[in-house]
Amino acid sequence: MAEPLLRVEDLHITYHTPKGPVRAVRGVSFDLGREKLGIVGESGSGKSQTGRAILRLTDRRAEVRARMLRFADIDLLSADERTLRQVRGKRISMILQDPKFSLNPVMTVGRQIDEAFLVHETASRADARQRTLEMLRAVRIRDAERVYHAYPHELSGGMGQRVMIAMMMIPKPDIIIADEPTSALDVTISLQVLAILDDMVTRLGMGLIFISHDLSLVASFCDRVLIMYAGRIVETCRASELDKARHPYTQGLLSCLPSLDQKTDRLRTLVRDPSWAEPEGTGP
Amino acid sequence: MAVPDPKANRPTGAAGGRSLGRLAKATGRVLLSLGLTFLGLTAITFFIGRVMPLDPVLAIVGDRAPQDVYDEVYQRLGLDRPLIVQYLRYLGDILSGDFGISIQTSRPVLEDLVRFFPATLELATLATLVGTVLGIPMGVLAAVHQGRPLDHVIRVIGLIGYSVPVFWLGMVALLVFYAQLGWVPGPGRLDVFYEGLVPSVTGLLTVDALLAGDWTVLKNAVAHLALPTAILGTFALAYIARMTRSFMLDQLSQEYVLTARVKGLSETSVIWRHAFGNVLVQLITIIGLTYASLLEGSVLTETVFSWPGIGQYITSALFNSDMNAVIAGTIVVGTCFVGINMLSDILYRIVDPRTRT
Amino acid sequence: MTAPTFSAPSPTGVKAWLLSDVPHTALQARCQRAYLAWCAFRGNPIAMTGLIIIAALVLGAALAPWITSGDGIAQQLSDRLLPPSAEHWLGTDQLGRDIFDRIVWGSRITLYIVGLVGVIVVPVGLIIGIVSGYVGGFVDQALMRFTDIFLAFPRLILALAFVAALGPGIENAVLAIALTTWSPYARIARAEALTIRNSEFILAARTQGASSLRIIFGHVVPLCLSSVIVRLTLDMAGIILTAAGLGFLGLGAQPPSPEWGAMISTGRQFILDQWWVPTMPGLAILTVSLGFNLLGDGLRDVLDPKSGG
Repeated sequence: MAEPLLRVEDLHITYHTPKGPVRAVRGVSFDLGREKLGIVGESGSGKSQTGRAILRLTDRRAEVRARMLRFADIDLLSADERTLRQVRGKRISMILQDPKFSLNPVMTVGRQIDEAFLVHETASRADARQRTLEMLRAVRIRDAERVYHAYPHELSGGMGQRVMIAMMMIPKPDIIIADEPTSALDVTISLQVLAILDDMVTRLGMGLIFISHDLSLVASFCDRVLIMYAGRIVETCRASELDKARHPYTQGLLSCLPSLDQKTDRLRTLVRDPSWAEPEGTGP
Repeated sequence: MAVPDPKANRPTGAAGGRSLGRLAKATGRVLLSLGLTFLGLTAITFFIGRVMPLDPVLAIVGDRAPQDVYDEVYQRLGLDRPLIVQYLRYLGDILSGDFGISIQTSRPVLEDLVRFFPATLELATLATLVGTVLGIPMGVLAAVHQGRPLDHVIRVIGLIGYSVPVFWLGMVALLVFYAQLGWVPGPGRLDVFYEGLVPSVTGLLTVDALLAGDWTVLKNAVAHLALPTAILGTFALAYIARMTRSFMLDQLSQEYVLTARVKGLSETSVIWRHAFGNVLVQLITIIGLTYASLLEGSVLTETVFSWPGIGQYITSALFNSDMNAVIAGTIVVGTCFVGINMLSDILYRIVDPRTRT
Repeated sequence: MTAPTFSAPSPTGVKAWLLSDVPHTALQARCQRAYLAWCAFRGNPIAMTGLIIIAALVLGAALAPWITSGDGIAQQLSDRLLPPSAEHWLGTDQLGRDIFDRIVWGSRITLYIVGLVGVIVVPVGLIIGIVSGYVGGFVDQALMRFTDIFLAFPRLILALAFVAALGPGIENAVLAIALTTWSPYARIARAEALTIRNSEFILAARTQGASSLRIIFGHVVPLCLSSVIVRLTLDMAGIILTAAGLGFLGLGAQPPSPEWGAMISTGRQFILDQWWVPTMPGLAILTVSLGFNLLGDGLRDVLDPKSGG
């Protein structure tokens, strides 16, 4: 693979609570090129935190440490706010889960998308409007004009998420992080949205980090998969080779998926081994 | 591979018409509420003024009135008629502006009200303005710097301003700034020297002075307004800052704020263009409430500052057992109070896009 | 009894009982909840400051006969208008009465007013709100219209008019204040009742044969209570300020009663040379009002953490 776009090495995210430190992410390392990388884990596994840490948008109270957190030639750890703001949106972007909450309710859709464009480009409002309308059509919203003037609460879930995609893709970033992009949507709508996402990522040659709790979804969509548990990566493999997974947690997850071909009397449930939360030997 | 989204093609025309219709309905409901509350207010004042006192006529004319005045009022009140008829008569009188005659001034109460109301209006408006202009930034700052020293300082200022008895604060302020330091002029709206120099167009001295182009009177009026405005403004500021902080904290924890940051917006844009935009809508109600409270609280502060407004009119009416004036004053202030709150409710609905469709 | 589950030296006795994982009786569960709420409350400095102030108020009022040197009413004209000193901590007023004494005795009046208003407002609000929410339909609509009318009334002005007609006195002032304060409680109770009415555990209770009355008093009321109490605490400062305002206008407790608002009013003429006479009672009102606001804020932080504490 050519020089990776994003390099994360030994990322730690710790919350210092009155009851003691809570280690949300414990020594996560991975590289990302122009590919689709999936991060799968249950709630509390640290996957969302990892995504936010890349953009340096973790909660104010969280302590982020890493040996390396590098995007292209920019050291994200030591970069100042100005540099980070130039990275955010323009080079790395993020799609959030639920458009009901992730879009500003008192601003029209058009204005919000225009804004995403105008932050990084000096252009006139008219130009921005043009680009926005193009983008809305690119995410297969018919009647882009009407949606341009609409407010977020007037849109359905699927449309809202497409607006989100348009907004985050308009500056043409190199990497896009999708944090549970379809978890708030119905199955059929979510397939549509994913198709659009896939199309745009491939066309623009972006790197994608797809964060989800749905293993089968990620497996069908991504090239590579990282499985996270209790703040650690327990498995890394190509999506096509998931059935050859070695860690018992992954195997457990896979075996819990109901299958139409095999007949079983009882569905398997996951039996957790406390050793999975412990480090495997010495760290990197 | 696209499957058409059935909700994508919603005709705006009909939606626009629907939203206007809905706004009209909501406004109608609010006006109905206003009407009912006004009725309730008049019913209570009727009860207070006519039913509660042992002799309502005496309550109105005082115990030193001659027999013919007594009889005339007795006739007018129709005290031999059933209560409901009396009430309807009363309501009719009020709606036509007949509040009776004031014992202390021997003029129709309505005339008195018109004379004194502008003073209160001027003070309350300025104080609300001060409170809003200072309080909102304070609240935003406190929220943005939550947990840090600036936040604590602002919270304490807010809490104290909100807990202090305003009339007492006024008294203490007069002691310090007028008696001891001599920074502000004495009681009243103008120095005696300037009274009547400027033709009274609106009754608001600042406006009248501006209209007449008389700078000296304007300066004097403003000097007299300074201290009472500062005192009332403190209360307004405390309340508005407190609520702004609360609303901002709520908004800053919302997902769309994260989205704004992800887009690469500067912190200033995130705070003011996004978070604050959502707060502004809620603040309309708060500012309305503050304004109404200041109008109502004038009863106490005007006494302290010898401010010739409706508050002082009501209090002196109280001490002179002038029931007509007290009741009328109550109704007017009460109606303003209710009216302002209803108005801000309507305004809120107009401004918030979520309530429009 | 279940053993506690932390590795530090196990607390024994009452504390263990309060912190154990599995409560054995309903009483234990309730005590545990109360204890945990208290722990959360204790960690909040704002709430604690408020609590201390109010506790001082209540203690002061209770122990009045012992911490004051007189009844605050007897005149001592030879000692009039003395500045604060070791003997008279807050000075004396125009009739030679010790101001500290009067403030302490006045705290009883304050508590009386606040308590009386609470005792009227909470049950009335709860009953109207719960009946409205639980029964629903036309009764709900009618009661809510009725409540809404009072919701918009201006408190001070109406109290003023009320007292003007009935004559001055504490009870009239209390009645007037209560009349304009009860509506928000009805709204809160109704909102809670509506949420609870259709919830599953109520359905379960009803399946078990519980009568409506039992459901209301056993389940709905306790759940409404916490919101109502927070609201009441937050309102108390406003009630005290209104009562003080009425007292200032001479409409509350009558002289020689040491009501704080009245003290400011009668002391007003002395402010230039004997500033302490009207200033001290004002400081008392400020402190108590502040205390209730702090307490209310703290309670709200503890019971509803997402409200920006």
